[in-house]
Amino acid sequence: MAIKILAPGLSTTVQDLGRPGYYHLGIPLSGGMDRFALRVANLLVGNDEGAAVLEAVFMGPEIEFTADAVVAVTGADMPAKVDGAVQAAWTSFKIKAGQKLSFDFLQKGARAYIAIAGGIDVPVVLGSRSTYTLGALGGHQGRKLQAGDELALGSAVKSVAAGRSLAESLRRAPGAPAELRVLPGLYWHRITDESGRQFFDDTWKVAPEADRIGYRFRGGRPLGFVPRKQPFGAGSDPSNIVDACYPYGSIQVPGGTEPIVLHRDAVSGGGYFMVGTVISADMDLIGQLQPHTPARFVKVDMKGALTARHDRASLLGRVRAALAS
Amino acid sequence: MAIKQILSPLPGTFYRRPAPDQPLYKNDGDSVTAGDVIGLVEVMKSFNEVKAGQVGKIVRFLVENEDAVMAGQPLAEIDA
Repeated sequence: MAIKILAPGLSTTVQDLGRPGYYHLGIPLSGGMDRFALRVANLLVGNDEGAAVLEAVFMGPEIEFTADAVVAVTGADMPAKVDGAVQAAWTSFKIKAGQKLSFDFLQKGARAYIAIAGGIDVPVVLGSRSTYTLGALGGHQGRKLQAGDELALGSAVKSVAAGRSLAESLRRAPGAPAELRVLPGLYWHRITDESGRQFFDDTWKVAPEADRIGYRFRGGRPLGFVPRKQPFGAGSDPSNIVDACYPYGSIQVPGGTEPIVLHRDAVSGGGYFMVGTVISADMDLIGQLQPHTPARFVKVDMKGALTARHDRASLLGRVRAALAS
Repeated sequence: MAIKQILSPLPGTFYRRPAPDQPLYKNDGDSVTAGDVIGLVEVMKSFNEVKAGQVGKIVRFLVENEDAVMAGQPLAEIDA
């Protein structure tokens, strides 16, 4: 059983929950940028939560099915169509051998997750089927999909009916402006108090360059740095530090002008200071931001970050319970 | 002949020229064939060509150079 890619969309990749454990060697986490939507898509078609799916950004692919299958599309609002007939989002539907899955224009959000019962069966590389395109690792031949690609599917774990749906109250999407909660980091002392306030007061906009490696924002006031003699090993710009590890979610601000939130395909270290880290509970939301979307950074403390993580885990628990049968 | 719209396939930044020092791809009133490029949408460090998609005459552009555009947003009207 397989699917054929007739048109790939802009950048459609195979993703699962990611490849943790190698970041210290420079191999990033990868995996879906909105892992909540990825998990739900899998649950809707009866897969394990971490089965491999297709992540389509901004523009959907066109896919021909060679066998009957159950499919669900979650995440961005980009209506799925079977031979032209629109299907409900966040809901499982059937597709028959020979039928084509295509997508309407993106209406809201950025990334759609296409789960197929049985999952996408590409080789497991370092514990994951996720594609890391920059390193040509994992997924289908280490790259985004192209027209003519054929992907094998696994065997369905359990058979599920069409029409399984996740209640709207359990879905998640960024607000307007998007609010991204941030825990100030180890290098917070490098910027002036006034800059620290402005960073959180200003409304930023997603830059069109934002991708799986990092989400760049612009439009806020530049940061002012506390003067210092740059230490040995640090570059000459005040935004430089002696090389350090870059956590997933960390916000570097090269030159003090445009914050970049490192995401699933991030580089693991370098010489830019980091103002703080977007909390894990809000990382999925970033994956749904379109270019030019307004966004604000909201300061939280460790307690706030942990509470948000707990809330998120309990939301996932409610989703699992709702889709258990 | 009927007025049709050319829609942006992607969200991003719309450019009406191939490079800042180059002339516009097309002007209001120009004739186009289906394969003619009318502009670029920049997103995720890639520049994606937008084609006319049909034979006709461009009535007018509906967005400016470097405007932010949404997927599905009309970019130009074409008399096809």
